[in-house]
Amino acid sequence: MYVSSPPEPVGLANRMTARAALATELSGGASRIRALRSDGPLVLRPSHPKGAEPLTHRRPDVARVSLAAGTAGPLGGDDYALSIHVGGGSTLVLQEVSAMLVLPGATGGRSRTAVDIRVESGATFVWWPEPIIAAHRCDHEHDIRIEIAPDARMILREEAILGRHGEMPGDFASRLRITRGGLPLYDQRLRFGPGAEGADGPAILGDAGAVGSVIVVDPVWVDDAPPALPFHRDAARTPLAGPAVAIAAIAADSLALRRLLSRGVQDLGAPWAA
Amino acid sequence: MARAAGGSAALLLLADGRLPAGGYAHSGGLEPAVTAGRITDMAGVERFLIGRAETAGLTAAAFAAAACSRAARDDLSDLSGLEAELDARIPSPELRTVSRNLGRQLRRAMAGIHPHPHYATLGAAPHQPIVMGVAAAVLGLGPRDAALAILHETNSGAAAAAAKVLRVDPFEVHAILARMADRLDRLAGEAAAAAAGPACDLPAPASPLADIAAEHHRRTHVRLFAS
Amino acid sequence: MTEKTPRSLRLGVAGPVGTGKSSVIATLCRHLRDEFALGVITNDIYTDEDARFLKSAGVLPEERIRAVETGACPHTAIRDDVTMNLMAVEDMERDFAPLDIVLVESGGDNLTATFSPALVDAQLFVLDVAGGGDVARKGGPGIARADLLIINKIDLGPHVDVDVAQMVADAEGAREGKPVLALSRKHPDTIEKLCDWVRQLHAAHAAGHHTPVDPGPMAPHHHPHDSNHAHGHSHD
Ligand SMILES: Nc1nc2c(ncn2[C@@H]2O[C@H](COP(=O)(O)OP(=O)(O)O)[C@@H](O)[C@H]2O)c(=O)[nH]1
Ligand SMILES: [Mg+2]
Repeated sequence: MYVSSPPEPVGLANRMTARAALATELSGGASRIRALRSDGPLVLRPSHPKGAEPLTHRRPDVARVSLAAGTAGPLGGDDYALSIHVGGGSTLVLQEVSAMLVLPGATGGRSRTAVDIRVESGATFVWWPEPIIAAHRCDHEHDIRIEIAPDARMILREEAILGRHGEMPGDFASRLRITRGGLPLYDQRLRFGPGAEGADGPAILGDAGAVGSVIVVDPVWVDDAPPALPFHRDAARTPLAGPAVAIAAIAADSLALRRLLSRGVQDLGAPWAA
Repeated sequence: MARAAGGSAALLLLADGRLPAGGYAHSGGLEPAVTAGRITDMAGVERFLIGRAETAGLTAAAFAAAACSRAARDDLSDLSGLEAELDARIPSPELRTVSRNLGRQLRRAMAGIHPHPHYATLGAAPHQPIVMGVAAAVLGLGPRDAALAILHETNSGAAAAAAKVLRVDPFEVHAILARMADRLDRLAGEAAAAAAGPACDLPAPASPLADIAAEHHRRTHVRLFAS
Repeated sequence: MTEKTPRSLRLGVAGPVGTGKSSVIATLCRHLRDEFALGVITNDIYTDEDARFLKSAGVLPEERIRAVETGACPHTAIRDDVTMNLMAVEDMERDFAPLDIVLVESGGDNLTATFSPALVDAQLFVLDVAGGGDVARKGGPGIARADLLIINKIDLGPHVDVDVAQMVADAEGAREGKPVLALSRKHPDTIEKLCDWVRQLHAAHAAGHHTPVDPGPMAPHHHPHDSNHAHGHSHD
């Protein structure tokens, strides 16, 4: 190759593909990790209780795993996939070490994270990730699919921060689709950034710097999920069309967002309140 | 069932805010946003309407288009599946109720205006976009028409509400609608394209503020509009 | 779609705000609830004030009083687009079958709004003496052709300088023989007359002798004092 020719696009050359997997099972009355496969930047590690944790407060017979983003990213062009299997009757608490920063690649291009989750019969899944920060000029698609058995329970949090301090976010889309016993329970794709017209308007996010939700599924709510509760001008708990609630909030920053979401979880009372 | 001459007149009938189906009692989330202090002027109205069209509007349009293509094939077995998919896309129970109330009303009206056996097979409280899709099919219209009808009806309804809850110049309101015309055409096209695929892949755009404000609105003592 | 279930008598109560529509409904409920199975639909401009008033008055079990929100267009809800009210009436008839009478209170934003015959079988139009003695003379579809015109609050006549007898006479003049009832909640004999009128109407309806009449459309109108009163629909 001649030095005078245009350089190979760095972003494309450095595209990262990662496929990680995690599975738990119930064995001898305790949950244990059956499979744990890290890949590249997706580093999965058995962990210990870390801070507030709903449902399983410091119980020892629970499988705990933490997910660490080994490098900054994903960057434009990166393609991460994580598959999670919470085996029948087992309990998995998945936490994260730090916030995930989504950055543009050197040549642009979209980055993708796909998380595919199965929560089997009688299982409990707690996913307590840290926020995703959508940096300026990023272009990221986050796609989470969860199939949960009718008698399993789950709580998960999602938080997105619109840009690092003082910057405008890039294009960000996050889809969360939950089916329960194969039937749709919750399906929302949140978009913001320059390509999402109206997202910073009064119908979607206004001038929020952070947006998030907590989804809680509990089969004991089959006949009566906790009622709707708009508990703050910018936050509400809403029962879904099934034994589940969504707690949604917008806020100026990640701290204020976390406060609202935590309050929503506290309002659910035991056993959810951490 | 397709109409030879394009069915434009039937489409206008369906999209007309004067269709007696009770739509005038709703502001499509505009009054809740005004009450919350998030809309104070015409620029705010426009940003609201754009955001709403791109989220709730697109969802409604896609489901109307999907229901229309199923009803046009006389395949109503799948409509309950569409209902469940739409429920999953509306986190606010208040907005699910509003959608179902408007759906019941539209069915009640259309069953009188242009009777068809399809209306009786819809469940007790079908969602508005599903009924709109079936009504479009019954009138010989296609999925894109169904999408456009609900996009136009809900957009112009919310815009009209602006005149009651804000100090506005009605010509400016319609200027916004005129600027949005291309957008609605594009969204109707997207909706119709999505409707050709499986129900689980229909658009699911989130609008957290609309959900939050709708729940507050239900608990507001003084309001002009039901939603 | 609900044609097969036995239909109640649907009785509309129209008239300007404050003339006593809710009070008339409360009075009817109190006096007729032991004779008839009743339901009430209220129409409100803001939220569900009237339904709350009637519920707190305890005139009927709460679930038999339901509010329809009319999006600040109460005249549309009883005339041009009755779907919400029609469904509220049908739901009520279905949920409490068999009902004898469903009373529908209009949101009452002006003098000219009347019920469509698609919604009610008969309607009362309520004026009060406090609105001035010459209101009845002015006429309009409700005043001229409602099934019964009520001149309410006649106990206030002396206090507001209104000659009640003259007002009733003017009203009768405007109505070509249709009935006019001078009413006050403080005059039990007038209440009894109102109840009798409803009893007779119900008997005629049940026997299939009653034919709904349309008082006629609203007069062409504009809203000179209310520039905010724009509509998503036209008035004809
Ligand atoms: N003095 C007097 N006041 C009455 C009578 N009927 C109703 N009112 C009062 O008139 C006011 C308006 O009555 P309401 O029934 O709420 O009127 P609506 O707006 O037409 O429903 C209330 O303060 C009632 O107490 C009456 O017969 N005599
Ligand atoms: Mg009243």
